Amino acid sequence: MLKVEKLVVRYGAVMAVRELSLEVGQGELVALLGPNGAGKSSTINALTGLVTPASGRIVLDGKDISHVRTEDRIRAGLTSTPEGRHIFSNLSVGENLRLGAAIRRDPAGVRQDIERFLSLFPVLSERYGQAAGTLSGGEQQMLAIARSLMSRPKLLLLDEPSLGLAPKIVARIFDFIGELKAQGLTLLVVEQNAKQALRFADRVYVVSSGTLRYDGPPARLADEHGLFNLYIGG
Amino acid sequence: MDYALQQLLNALAFGAEYSLVALGLAVVFSIMGLVNFAHGEIIGVSAYSVFLAAALGLTSPFVAVLLAVGMAALAAVVFERIAFRPVRYAPTTTGLLTAFGVSIVVQNLFMLLISPKPQSVSVLNGLNQMWFFGPFAVSSLQVMELIVSGLTILALVLFLSRSTLGLAIRAASRDFATVRLMGIKANRVIATAFAISGALAGIAAVFILARRGSVSPDLGFGLVLKAFVACVIGGFGSLPGAAVGGMLLGFIEVGLLVALPQEYAGFRDALTYAIIVALLVYRPEGLLGQRIELGDKEI
Repeated sequence: MLKVEKLVVRYGAVMAVRELSLEVGQGELVALLGPNGAGKSSTINALTGLVTPASGRIVLDGKDISHVRTEDRIRAGLTSTPEGRHIFSNLSVGENLRLGAAIRRDPAGVRQDIERFLSLFPVLSERYGQAAGTLSGGEQQMLAIARSLMSRPKLLLLDEPSLGLAPKIVARIFDFIGELKAQGLTLLVVEQNAKQALRFADRVYVVSSGTLRYDGPPARLADEHGLFNLYIGG
Repeated sequence: MDYALQQLLNALAFGAEYSLVALGLAVVFSIMGLVNFAHGEIIGVSAYSVFLAAALGLTSPFVAVLLAVGMAALAAVVFERIAFRPVRYAPTTTGLLTAFGVSIVVQNLFMLLISPKPQSVSVLNGLNQMWFFGPFAVSSLQVMELIVSGLTILALVLFLSRSTLGLAIRAASRDFATVRLMGIKANRVIATAFAISGALAGIAAVFILARRGSVSPDLGFGLVLKAFVACVIGGFGSLPGAAVGGMLLGFIEVGLLVALPQEYAGFRDALTYAIIVALLVYRPEGLLGQRIELGDKEI
């Protein structure tokens, strides 16, 4: 579904991502792990087009989208829930969800999807008309993921869904991510929290200082204790 | 009583005009961080379009109004496409200087291609009459200005709260990158914001033309400075702030006009600005603006 070849992202003289290559197959949940500053978010932003890579190729469903604008990548079925959630705090919960479906032209289907997420996350239903900025961190994360799903993506990129959230809430969010995978969605999850990310991952990539350090099944990562500790930390 | 009513109407009408122009500035500023000082020239393009159409024999006021609003929206979109898009990601000062540049170029085009002298435009004079309600005589123009401004603001509120593009404009005022992650085209959001801004300027231009009956190259410039002040009073970037700030400015100006004895009338502007300075000392972020602490990430 997604193929990244030798991706390079630079900010001036700083090289954030160095020739990173990765692949995500149809229906897979792939985890991209690594410490703070490893280049994970830069990779995601290059995939969505918010950052222009210095070089490298990004192929979605066999089509080279390296030079396609962000807006058109979303229309091609890729979307991301950005780090720090980035919900529209001045808009209501309902308006956030409606904007998530901005590219769709089936109002009835959009309404149905909104209903589905509201019954899935009752708290969003209670706060439907309220400014989204008044939600708690965990609620905002649920809203942010639901908003991404409103566009009915083929591939969802999740950037640090656990960031700043209590362990209990993180577990719930990953339960939901597991459900999404079970429903057939393809996911690339970027995380610092390895334990949760490995629960449902089919494959794992570990990056550090912009370079790929590990590529393989989660089980082997746990075995190779040195690697696990070195880059992710117990 | 008649006098008080007249002055109240004056204040409301001035306030409404400032609000319309200030809202136009605020819509663009809120999503792009651009203070569009060429906004006055959008009013100019609108007014000169009516003048040229009249010279060509199109003297229907109905056509004039449509033309004024349409050409203003078009001018705003064209300014964005030609002048502001290339500097969209440049520092704010670049945008500001670009806006001044556009303003100077367009004013000079008016002078060179038409005339530096005011030109008479009479097609909209019919809007400016006296209406009598029992013992009260009121200016039809002021009543219309008030009603039309109110309806325009209502339409704007509905657009911003109901339509997807409206929601996108509000969202983009906080977080443009994430709006693009929704698959919404940045260019479309910005062009729409400029078109709205232009249309608001065009509506203001109709009333200015109807009152003055003439058009000159610097027609809109002074008004945009006033609108800028209105935005500052209300809180820059806040749309309700722009509307409230415009109204308040109208009331302060007319209030001083009424309160000041004839021999001190020359101090009116000085006093207006003194009141505004005092207000900003008390609330530096404006009446409805958000206080941003140093170090806050979200703007």
